[in-house]
Amino acid sequence: MHRSSEVKHVASYLNTRGCECFGQPCESHCPVLTDRTIHVQLKTFIKIRVKPDRTGVVTDGVKHSMNPFCEIAVEEAIKLKEKKLVKEVVAVSCGPQQVQETIRTALAMGADRGIHVEVSGKDYETLGPLQVSKIFAALAKKEQADLIILGKQAIDDDCNQTGQITAALLDWPQGTFASEMTLEADKLKVVREVDGGLETIKINLPAVVTADLRLNTPRYATLPNIMKAKKKKIANVKPADLGVDVCSRLEVLKVDEPPQRQAGVKVETVDDLVGKLKEAGRV
Amino acid sequence: MLTCFNVQETHYFSNTVHYCRSSMPRLSQTHPSIGLTDEQKDFQKVAFDFAANEMAPHMAEWDLKEIFPVEAMRKAAQLGFGGIYVNPDVGGSGLSRLDTSIIFEALSTGCVSTTAYISIHNMCAWMIDTFGNNEQREKFCPDLCAMQKFASYCLTEPGSGSDAASLLTSATLQGDHYILNGSKAFISGGGDTDVYVVMCRTGGKGPKGISCLVVEKGTPGLSFGKKEKKVGWNSQPTRAVIFEDCAVPVINRLGAEGEGFSIAMKGLNGGRINIASCSLGAAHASVLLARDHMCVRKQFGETLSNSQFLQFKLAEMATKLVASRLLVRQAAVALQEGRPEAVSLCSMAKLFVTDECFSICNQALQIHGGYGYLKDYAVQQYVRDIRVHQILEGTNEVMRMIIARSLLTES
Repeated sequence: MHRSSEVKHVASYLNTRGCECFGQPCESHCPVLTDRTIHVQLKTFIKIRVKPDRTGVVTDGVKHSMNPFCEIAVEEAIKLKEKKLVKEVVAVSCGPQQVQETIRTALAMGADRGIHVEVSGKDYETLGPLQVSKIFAALAKKEQADLIILGKQAIDDDCNQTGQITAALLDWPQGTFASEMTLEADKLKVVREVDGGLETIKINLPAVVTADLRLNTPRYATLPNIMKAKKKKIANVKPADLGVDVCSRLEVLKVDEPPQRQAGVKVETVDDLVGKLKEAGRV
Repeated sequence: MLTCFNVQETHYFSNTVHYCRSSMPRLSQTHPSIGLTDEQKDFQKVAFDFAANEMAPHMAEWDLKEIFPVEAMRKAAQLGFGGIYVNPDVGGSGLSRLDTSIIFEALSTGCVSTTAYISIHNMCAWMIDTFGNNEQREKFCPDLCAMQKFASYCLTEPGSGSDAASLLTSATLQGDHYILNGSKAFISGGGDTDVYVVMCRTGGKGPKGISCLVVEKGTPGLSFGKKEKKVGWNSQPTRAVIFEDCAVPVINRLGAEGEGFSIAMKGLNGGRINIASCSLGAAHASVLLARDHMCVRKQFGETLSNSQFLQFKLAEMATKLVASRLLVRQAAVALQEGRPEAVSLCSMAKLFVTDECFSICNQALQIHGGYGYLKDYAVQQYVRDIRVHQILEGTNEVMRMIIARSLLTES
C-alpha cells in the first residue's frame, strides 16, 4: 500500500466524489454510493460559476442529487438481491446532512439500509477519491462486504479513481466500466467497455466493480417503496470512527473557466485553408 | 424540435435515448418542493422524473396524433399512480390529498392532458373504493389501480352541464337489473375505457333521485358517439356515452339509491384539486419556458430579460403561481382532514388557480412572440390543454355559486 505524495497542481477541481458499493454475494451485499454531485446536467439551464476567489465552483443553491452512474450501481445491486444472489444491499454516502436524501432515494429503489459517513464543512470541500476510498475500504472490512459496486465516475469531477483506489487499498480484484456482470458461485464475470471494444474478465470475490452506462436502466422508486424507505435505517458514522484521516494531500491552486471560444475564420479556397493551417503551425 | 424545458441530456447519455435526467431547474422562489416533507419531496421527484422521461418527449406527438397513451399510463400505474388516494388493501397507494396534488402537479409538466385523464381515473377508483361495498371494491379497484382497466366519470349530459342535478338518464328497476336509457356528453376516455361510473335517475326529480351505477364496457345497450375534435386534451378521447335499454346489475350500484349525486359531488371535490394541480404544473413549466426564452431572445440589441416590462410581467407570473400553489395545497389539506370548509376551499382553489394559471401560460406564450404560436414550442400546448380546466369539473361560474352559497348560509 502506498501513500500518494503531496501533489500541487492546477486543476478544475470540482468536488471529487466517486460512488462505491460494497457487498457480499453469499451473505450480504451492499452497494455503497456517495453523493456530492454538483448537478452538472443543469448546465443546460444553470451556468456553473467559478467562485470569485477561484478556489472552486459555486455550489450554494445548486441542486444535488445521486450521481447517475451510482443510480446504475444501486440498480444492479438491487437486481442481484431480487435474483436472490445476495442477501443485503447497503447504500453508503459520504458528505454533509443533505446526502441522506440521496441515501433515501437508494432505499426507495430497494436498498435495505444506509450508512451516512458524516463529512462536512472544510473537510467536505477537500474530500477526494483517496479519502473516500480509505473510508470505503474501512467500511468494507467492518461490514464484511464481499462485493462493492460503484458508479465508474462522478459526473462533477470525472475523476474515475475511487473504485480503483478502493480495490487497491483492499487488495481486491476490480472490474471497471462494467456493462454486464454475472455472479457465478464465488466468481464474478464482468464485461468491460474498453477503447477497443468489450473485454470479458472473471474475477474472484471479494471484488470491486464500477458501473458504466449500459449496465442497466435504473428503476423509478415506486410510491409504496418510498413509504417503506421511511422505516429503513440510516446509520451515522464519522471518518474518525473508521480510523480514517480525511485530510487532503492536494491543494487546489486555482480554478478557471474554460477559455472563451474564439471566433472562426472563413476562407475562400482550399489553398487559403492550408495557408492558415500552416500559419497556426497545425501542418 | 420541441423545446421541452425538463428534458435534459448530457453527453454521457447521448447513446441512451431513454435516460434523461429530470430536475426542475432551481428557481428557488417558485420551486414546487418548498414546504414539503422529505417523503413528499421523494414522491415529487419520482413524478418529475417520470414526467420528464416518459411523458414530455411524447406530449407533442400524443397531442398531434390524438394517441391515448395506454402503455405510458400503465407504467405510471406500476409506480403507484393509478390509485394514489385509494386504499392499499385494494391496490392503491393510500396517500393523502396533498401528496396527490403534489404528484399531479409534477406529472402535468410532462403532459397536462394525460395527467388530467389519470386524475379522472383516480377519482373514479376512489369513488368505488369509498362508496362501494367489499365485493365492488375487490372486483374493480385492483384492476383500476394497476390500470389494467381504465375508468370514466359520467355525469354531464347534453341537457345538463352546470345544472347537473337535472340529469335525465333513467335507470328503471326490473328484477335484479336497472335498465338505463339516456346519454352522457363529453365523457373523458369514453369508448376507450372499461369501467363507467354513471350518475343516473332511479327516483324522482332533483339530486335526491340520482344513483350511482358502475357500468362495464361490453354491456349490451352501451354504445359511444363519435370521437370529439378538441382544442386540447387530445391525448384522451372524448365521446358521448349512450345507453339504450342497457341492463346493469343492481349489485353494481355504489351506495344506496338516491346517494348518487352526493357521491358524484364528493368525487368532484378531490377532482377539482387534481385539475387545479394540473394547471399548476402547466403554469410552472410555462414560467420556466418564458424565463429561458427571455434569456436567449434578443431584440433592440439586448436580451428580453433586460426589458423592465417583461421582468415585471415574469415577476407577476411567478408570484401568482406561488399564490395559486398555496391555495391548492391548503384546500387539499382541508379535504383530507374532512374540515367543514373543505368544499368551499376546493371550489375556491379550482376557480382561482385554473383562471390564474391559464393567464400565466397565456402570458408565457405572449413572451415567446411569434414562436409561441408554433407547435414546435411546448408553451402553446400548455395553453390549449389547460383552457378547459376553467370549464370542466364544474365551471368556474358554478364554483362562484358554491362559494357564495357557503358564504351566505349560516351553518
